[in-house]
Amino acid sequence: MERIPILRMGSYLLVTVQVDMHDQLAQQLQEDLAVKIVQTGARGVLLDISALELVDSFIGRMIGNIAATARVLDVATVVVGMRPAVAITLVELGMSLPGVQTALNVELGMELLRDRLEETVFNDHFPE
Amino acid sequence: MTISRSESLPIRSSGDVVVIRQRVRSAAEDVRFSIVGLTKLVTAASELARNTLVYGGGGNMLLEEVHESGRTGLRLTFADNGPGIADIALALKDGYTTGQGLGLGLGGARRLSDEFHIDSAPGKGTTVCITRWK
Ligand SMILES: Nc1ncnc2c1ncn2[C@@H]1O[C@H](COP(=O)(O)OP(=O)(O)O)[C@@H](O)[C@H]1O
Ligand SMILES: [Mg+2]
Repeated sequence: MERIPILRMGSYLLVTVQVDMHDQLAQQLQEDLAVKIVQTGARGVLLDISALELVDSFIGRMIGNIAATARVLDVATVVVGMRPAVAITLVELGMSLPGVQTALNVELGMELLRDRLEETVFNDHFPE
Repeated sequence: MTISRSESLPIRSSGDVVVIRQRVRSAAEDVRFSIVGLTKLVTAASELARNTLVYGGGGNMLLEEVHESGRTGLRLTFADNGPGIADIALALKDGYTTGQGLGLGLGGARRLSDEFHIDSAPGKGTTVCITRWK
């Protein structure tokens, strides 16, 4: 079966969606990613959707579910590279992806994850 | 109104929904829609094609290039012979779903189109027709 690859980059997982996903493929990615987070003990997930020319309510829901699942597993998700036309359309569709962190590109997304991780470590060492 | 191009595509699987997105995209590119206009139309098509598949039990989409008073548009008609919709106003409400969706498809498709018509009744199937002008 066709699958979206999940790459490990240090303590992060990088998912680059390259194809126009049919619904089952999007569903599969959600499951694969949850398994991979647990297997690798990853601290963050970068979901690169810069190649996606469309995000409809199904794919939007998948993105929200990925972020929610990761959060439950104590892992931060950053969605990177959303195209402007996709963002405009998503909002008009009625989806603003609440609770989903976004960044313009992979580098900025990594920075965001790193900052969040440092924050967590700091708080663990110096609790209020 | 004149129609300069017309193509019918089946909607029987989620792979067909992907094909529909691709065909609508290439038709919108052919008539040189803006990138935002194109993205809105393709997204509306994806929502309606999925509804045809999931709730209508499959059907087809008619893709037409239309011309009227000097402007060009794309008209998409989704038709199925499924169970139909008893309360159309309710179905159009954001957040209303009888399935596992977010309930944004019908209302969203209406917002993303310039013209939107729906014709549905229990036992009579569902037809949704949208037009977006360039
Ligand atoms: N082609 C159709 N045939 C029968 N019912 C439909 C059809 N399209 C939409 N509906 C009904 O309208 C509801 C709302 O549709 P939609 O806004 O796309 O949300 P969702 O797909 O998330 O349920 C559906 O849950 C379904 O009950
Ligand atoms: Mg729908």
